[in-house]
Amino acid sequence: MSNNITTNAAPSGAADFRDVATAHTPFRTWRLLLWLVIAIVVVDFGWIVANNENFGWPVVAQYFFDPTVIQGLYVSLGLTVVGMILGVIVGLVIAIMRMSSDRLASGFASLFIWFFRGTPLLVQLIFWYNMSTLFPNLSIAIPFGPTLASWDTNSVITPMTAAIVGLALNEAAYMAEIIRGGLISVDRGQAETAEAFGMTKARALWRIIIPQAMRSIVPPTGNQLISMIKATSLVSVIAMADLLYSVQSIYNRTFEIIPMLLVAVLWYLLITSILNIGQNYIEAYYGRSDRRNAGAPKPVAVTEEASH
Amino acid sequence: MTAFVQPDGINTKPLVQARNVHKAYEHLEVLKGIDLDVMSGEVVVILGPSGSGKSTFLRCINHLEAIQKGFIEVDGDQIGYRVKNDRLEKLSANGIAKQRRKIGMVFQQFNLYPHMTVLQNIIEAPVGVHGHNRKEAIETAKGLLQRVGLLEKADNYPRQLSGGQQQRVAIARALAIKPKLMLFDEPTSALDPELVGEVLATMKDLAKQGLTMIVVTHEIGFAREAADRVVFMDGGVIVEQGKPEEVIGNPQHPRTQAFLSRFL
Ligand SMILES: Nc1ncnc2c1ncn2[C@@H]1O[C@H](COP(=O)(O)OP(=O)(O)OP(=O)(O)O)[C@@H](O)[C@H]1O
Ligand SMILES: [Mg+2]
Repeated sequence: MSNNITTNAAPSGAADFRDVATAHTPFRTWRLLLWLVIAIVVVDFGWIVANNENFGWPVVAQYFFDPTVIQGLYVSLGLTVVGMILGVIVGLVIAIMRMSSDRLASGFASLFIWFFRGTPLLVQLIFWYNMSTLFPNLSIAIPFGPTLASWDTNSVITPMTAAIVGLALNEAAYMAEIIRGGLISVDRGQAETAEAFGMTKARALWRIIIPQAMRSIVPPTGNQLISMIKATSLVSVIAMADLLYSVQSIYNRTFEIIPMLLVAVLWYLLITSILNIGQNYIEAYYGRSDRRNAGAPKPVAVTEEASH
Repeated sequence: MTAFVQPDGINTKPLVQARNVHKAYEHLEVLKGIDLDVMSGEVVVILGPSGSGKSTFLRCINHLEAIQKGFIEVDGDQIGYRVKNDRLEKLSANGIAKQRRKIGMVFQQFNLYPHMTVLQNIIEAPVGVHGHNRKEAIETAKGLLQRVGLLEKADNYPRQLSGGQQQRVAIARALAIKPKLMLFDEPTSALDPELVGEVLATMKDLAKQGLTMIVVTHEIGFAREAADRVVFMDGGVIVEQGKPEEVIGNPQHPRTQAFLSRFL
């Protein structure tokens, strides 16, 4: 009893148990219980899905690496990559036009964004695909003057070009707004400093503004890329043999609809998971100047480590 | 270290010539006829109350802001314009960028490029704008960092430095382009009091080396010690100018007296 009182009163004794290094976490019963419930539900659901014959897992396994499916996968990935790259390039141009003080440029950019964001992608794809009904011939000509070259529209707009143009322009409209948001987020003083140092506008944009804007551009672009992969499934309506189209072509023969759709779903999930991981590394790269731990002034080493 | 004394010290054409400079934002007249000559190697300190147009005037000198009347010439160039067929023609943005390359500027908020290391910040303009050899630019940058006492911070990012260190890096960055003229806009106003000294010391060092400087500041002590001439601005005009001991020690104009009395 008396011992207890002395411990409380003596500052040296008090310091012992007040040192946070000695702190422990009490056992949290409710949390454990919640964990258990969730785990049981998840495992049970997995069990049901795995043992339900209607899912046709053996069929899924059989067709997972089927050449038709892999071919479709390549088409989907190819369309995503090409559409995204073109979308980012056109989007950057549109974003810069939108921010320019030139009325004509910013007006055109607004119109572009308004139209391509305001109409369904599916409709845009069908329009591009059926271009020949609107314009039977495509020609290069001097306005109100002579024609220099002319092509039959159907020979230029294949399902492939219709798909690429449709996806890229639609993507560009969204990317333009994402990029513009990123550029605006950079402190105005940066552009002014670059200007004061005699940089041209293009160089200031490329070296100073865009690298800083990347921090706010990358996360939504990751989103866009993932929705782009899924958006490529829309091109199956214009007879482009993408992943979805190829599993459809198989189940039209075998009538194993659910298993074949599962093949597509698993592939889409796999790709988006890989992209998520990639996005994390890119974000870490553009956030590197944020680390305050001055002890490690070797940013390159950090990113190299991260890529292992 | 090489000094900044200009070779043409004798045939005394001013390095900076401002004549009847007028500037307005919409209907707000900010500069109402400024005349100022700055000689090569001269250190001019501009004092004046808040809103008197000091920053605006400084930004007009390198054409970050366009003026509406009068002219400003730096080292023979009328920044933002050229004479063609006896007429004055507005230059394109890229043409103006070229003219600005001999003017260094240091900002109140430092404005270092946060995504680049200290060394990258310093060599960006010499390599990318002036086309200097990269290796030599790095050597020069290291020399400048040594001079502002921050050589060991070369590979750090700006956020890892204190405000005073950042401003010294910003000064080194501006010096790296070997400017004929340096503009300072309140370089110590964003700093904690205990960090002001290190930045002012760096600037005094530059002043001694004969660099031409125009400094907007509220540091009366710096003006007294380092300035060749003090210019007092109020309400968009130059009210009084002269040697620091005259303007600060014995101000003639009532507005100068009122302003300076606050610092006693
Ligand atoms: N971009 C702008 N648009 C409109 N008004 C402006 C702009 N920049 C400055 N002004 C106005 O011009 C006047 C002069 O501003 P300036 O920044 O040159 O003052 P200053 O003497 O530098 O003051 P301080 O000591 O507070 O920095 C102020 O009234 C300010 O509100
Ligand atoms: Mg100011």
